[in-house]
Amino acid sequence: MYRYDGYDHQMLRDRVAQFRDQTDRFLAGELSDAEFLPLRLQNGLYIQRLAPMIRIAIPYGMLSSRQLRKLAFIARHFDKGYAHLTTRQNIQYNWPHLEDVPELLAQLAEVEMHAIQTSGNCIRNTTTDQFAGVAVDELEDSRAYCEIIRQWSTFHPEFAHLPRKFKIAVCGTAIDQAATQVHDIGIYIVRGPAGETGFRILAGGGLGRTPVIGQEIFDFVEKPHLLSALEAILRVYNREGRRDNKYKARIKILVRETGVELFREKVHEEWRRIKDSAMTLTDAEIARCKAFFEDPDYAELTDKPEALTKQLAKDALFSSWHQQNVRAHKRAGYAIVTVCMKETGVAPGDVTDQQLEHIADLAERYSFGEVRISHQQNIILADVRQEQLAALYRELQSQALASANLGLLTDIICCPGGDFCALANAKSIPIAEAIQRHFHDHDELTDIGEANINISGCMNACGHHHVGNIGILGVDKKGEEFYQISLGGSSKNVASLGKIMGPAFAQEEIPAVIGKIIKVYKSNREPNEKFIDTYRRIGMAPFKETVYAKAD
Amino acid sequence: MPKLIKDRAIAIDRWTLLKVATGPEVLIAIPGKNLIVPLRFWQDYAIELEGYTGDIGIWLDSDETVSEIGDALGEFPLIALNFPVFADGRSYSNARELRERFAYAGEVRAIGDVLRDQLYYMSRCGFDAFSLRHDQDPDSCIAALDDFTTGYQATVAEPIPLFRRR
Repeated sequence: MYRYDGYDHQMLRDRVAQFRDQTDRFLAGELSDAEFLPLRLQNGLYIQRLAPMIRIAIPYGMLSSRQLRKLAFIARHFDKGYAHLTTRQNIQYNWPHLEDVPELLAQLAEVEMHAIQTSGNCIRNTTTDQFAGVAVDELEDSRAYCEIIRQWSTFHPEFAHLPRKFKIAVCGTAIDQAATQVHDIGIYIVRGPAGETGFRILAGGGLGRTPVIGQEIFDFVEKPHLLSALEAILRVYNREGRRDNKYKARIKILVRETGVELFREKVHEEWRRIKDSAMTLTDAEIARCKAFFEDPDYAELTDKPEALTKQLAKDALFSSWHQQNVRAHKRAGYAIVTVCMKETGVAPGDVTDQQLEHIADLAERYSFGEVRISHQQNIILADVRQEQLAALYRELQSQALASANLGLLTDIICCPGGDFCALANAKSIPIAEAIQRHFHDHDELTDIGEANINISGCMNACGHHHVGNIGILGVDKKGEEFYQISLGGSSKNVASLGKIMGPAFAQEEIPAVIGKIIKVYKSNREPNEKFIDTYRRIGMAPFKETVYAKAD
Repeated sequence: MPKLIKDRAIAIDRWTLLKVATGPEVLIAIPGKNLIVPLRFWQDYAIELEGYTGDIGIWLDSDETVSEIGDALGEFPLIALNFPVFADGRSYSNARELRERFAYAGEVRAIGDVLRDQLYYMSRCGFDAFSLRHDQDPDSCIAALDDFTTGYQATVAEPIPLFRRR
């Protein structure tokens, strides 16, 4: 993975010193709340319901075991012994004290980590496919470009006070795992006219109050011109994005109100002016960044070793975990393991200090000392020998990390909701837990197959409810918490936004309602048809009829 | 009296800033000053301005663009860019455009809600003068210009991006 040099370290030290000074001035009353707000937000620091919350960047999801241990240390010393994986490849702590935050940042800086631009109206953490570099269907590893974008967007002086937050995702695989089309800028690595790889760039996607699928702004950008293309989009947005209404300030509204043709024209006009400037990427820089993501020292192995076949035959639990949580790897004899952080009774994405240290150990012993975090709030060991899968499974079991529900109904994406977040209208964690308890039978879950539930506690849509096959949105009705259900969302290649099914439900009704939705799916599905495909074929009506049918 | 930082030092302000609503009668009332006039004032009273004895600069609000000044840009020794509130980031783009697209070499001054913690970014975008909000401490503002040792991007202050300097 990327390693800092003297320049990167210097910038981080400068940042920690700057924030220490800003915090001191705030605590001394020299900075007003309003003035401190954007400064602390650009360091990922929120003031929440119970305590400040700090969000730490995990650039494009990559973590070393050394960094995992530091995160465990922070959970233990600055928090109550746990951390929370977010839906954008970040990690959050819910209980630090404001006056401790500068020291927390200094600790992070020791392991090349930070909270820079994890919040605020600026360019946020760049995200990508959690299987980048090991996926079988990859055109090119996206991580070098993510790192190039990370550096370009970090402390970009022109774009620190945008109309609203700005999120970029990059996808280099055939199957989109990065929800690329619902980002402010979505970048696909594609082949150009001469067969060389470059970028197709979308803009104006997003969730929140007004969910929109991004539209194509560049059909093909050659690699050297990546940063100027991004800068052109950002400059048009910085200048013209609405600043009069925070709910209309995202780039998706600008694209819609301007019209995509005119918006594209403005971007291209700007791009022509800045395209051949010093920010043109050099071959040397691309090669430098790619070198950080070269293959580890793989052994020459073969697929399906005998040891694995035997274990699968004799251990049913291991076999169902293998079926669900293990994916094919580009190298023979290796596998990608997803540790599903969705144990029933634990808030989705929550991870304890002990689990973090355990995973750090496992990463070192089984996967070249690295892990990735996915936007589905899970942790990935990307380079595990197939012959060692059974041993790894047993070690995961010992720390309650062996949930075999990846991609199933109970692998729920969920925001912190009203239990923690000051913005939320309703709780979301108890909803996730009630659904997990309702669907406790593993055979039933595997029979239902791939179907995902996304839960957000408010319109800001941190739980990505619009792109859940089943989306659940917490709403406030005269002081009471209700839940609106939508169907048909997907963040995959054929991205779609869910449609609201009908009137909202009370909290206690949700598990039974999900039960009815699944029943309709099961009685209508064709052989091997996934939930989303059945929904697309039969539409909303049969679901609605059953769910809202009056009891006789 | 607002405090001015110019070329990294506390400076005496030899300019007078005209508010938006000012009419052309001001030119007769205060002759021989150096005036920073709103863009609209310059557009509306070009004839009255011709006979004025002091220097003239223009200030742009954050929703105005440099191209509205057009070919006359080079005649002005100073262009000021306004921050109606510190969180309005449009003037950063205007500053870069002044320097990079139009190669403007005069003074580019930040006016309005100009606070210590923005100065580093402002200077990277091409501002070389800062009319501080009244409550800001000028010495600590000068220090803030060096909050960071270097940056990644190609900017006005450092036209060669870090990846070409590494």
